[in-house]
Amino acid sequence: MEAIPTRMGDGSLVRMTRAEIEADIHAGVEAGAKRAKVEPLGDDEIDHLVDIFASKARFSAVDIGDEVILTSDGVGSQDTGSRITDLQNYEQTVCTDTVELYHHDYSFKPIKPVLPYEQAIMRQTQLLLTIPVAYGAMPDLGRYTVPDGPVPNWSQLLPLGRIDEARAAQEEAVETAVEDIVYVAEGMYEAGADGINLDTAGAAGDADFLAALKAIERIRARYPDWSIQIGMASEFVLGMHGELEYDGVRLAGLWPAAQMRLAARAGVSIFGPAINVNTGKTVAWNVARTCTVAKPCTDAATIPIHLNGGMGVGGVPMHALPPVDAVSRASRACVDILRLDGL
Amino acid sequence: MGGLRTAGDLVARVQMTRRLRLPEAKAYVADKLGVSPADLSDPVAMSEVRRERGLGTIPTEDTATVNDALAIEAKVNIARVLDVPVRSVERFAALTRSGGG
Repeated sequence: MEAIPTRMGDGSLVRMTRAEIEADIHAGVEAGAKRAKVEPLGDDEIDHLVDIFASKARFSAVDIGDEVILTSDGVGSQDTGSRITDLQNYEQTVCTDTVELYHHDYSFKPIKPVLPYEQAIMRQTQLLLTIPVAYGAMPDLGRYTVPDGPVPNWSQLLPLGRIDEARAAQEEAVETAVEDIVYVAEGMYEAGADGINLDTAGAAGDADFLAALKAIERIRARYPDWSIQIGMASEFVLGMHGELEYDGVRLAGLWPAAQMRLAARAGVSIFGPAINVNTGKTVAWNVARTCTVAKPCTDAATIPIHLNGGMGVGGVPMHALPPVDAVSRASRACVDILRLDGL
Repeated sequence: MGGLRTAGDLVARVQMTRRLRLPEAKAYVADKLGVSPADLSDPVAMSEVRRERGLGTIPTEDTATVNDALAIEAKVNIARVLDVPVRSVERFAALTRSGGG
């Protein structure tokens, strides 16, 4: 039987038969359904995935007319000219639908003291670009811990069994982070940004996700029509605190559909689930698992869903230079199966 | 969707400000522009629509003349044609006290 070139989750090239790829896709679906306790994909969806991944073409794409919107978590390398020319290149050469200005230290806490400089770049950018220009950063709750911040380090307290102190530290960090996120968002609104993006929400667990939700609620109350986008850090909210709630819902243990509902309730405009990649499995396996885990989220959504598709999430290989054959297959498959509003 | 070459940025603005899912966002923009949703991702169709309505395009000598609205100029038209809030246009109007947009 003919061996078809395909990729592993780390980007390495392997060759598999169509039957092997099909078996892998079934295994990925089963793994996702079991882990997230959701329904598996249907036979027609699985067949479609097999057709995509059993192709030998260098590139895969959606059908004409099924194109989706591309938003970004930071655009450009910031190494080829100014940050403004970076964004112009993405607008005019890459022809993405939106761009995102970002600071190299991509967290809200370090941006706070240099906000006026970021505002200056944003206002100039807005005079030169036509497409939406958002501003993005991460809640990054760990930044608030000793020695980088004022709060005791719960990662050190938890292994010592000092649970109450670890929880109190996270609760304190949440309040400080919310103030910083709202401060930066307000500054960017004043500078003319088309929106704000809270990236990798939940990276430090349930407290990190709570900080994002509380900040979104305040930003939305102040700016009813402004774009607020959230991108999750992983498929599952880790219970580093374990008892934090938002609107009566415990955050620890939430999967994408439940994450999305809370984010929508807080007032978000666009929600981005993130499904993690297993580098020891094929891209086909990972995409099958991604679609299975994310499908309840897209099926239930009343707001746009932009699946995070990048290094290590959304089926895209965990490599600094992810191969276009893998990226295009993962993107196309997720758009087709999940009926995404964007990536 | 192709951004400035097509209607990608326009559909994005509707998603971002009105929180519409993709089919509804495409239908909204198509209706405002008087085209079909299928035209929105066609650069040939959209280049003419964008030029006629001053919605901006790739700013090269091959694609835009000095009489074609670009950047902040185009965004003033985008805000009006699509009836969506554009922050930079609001700031421009406020700072120039022109009432533009």
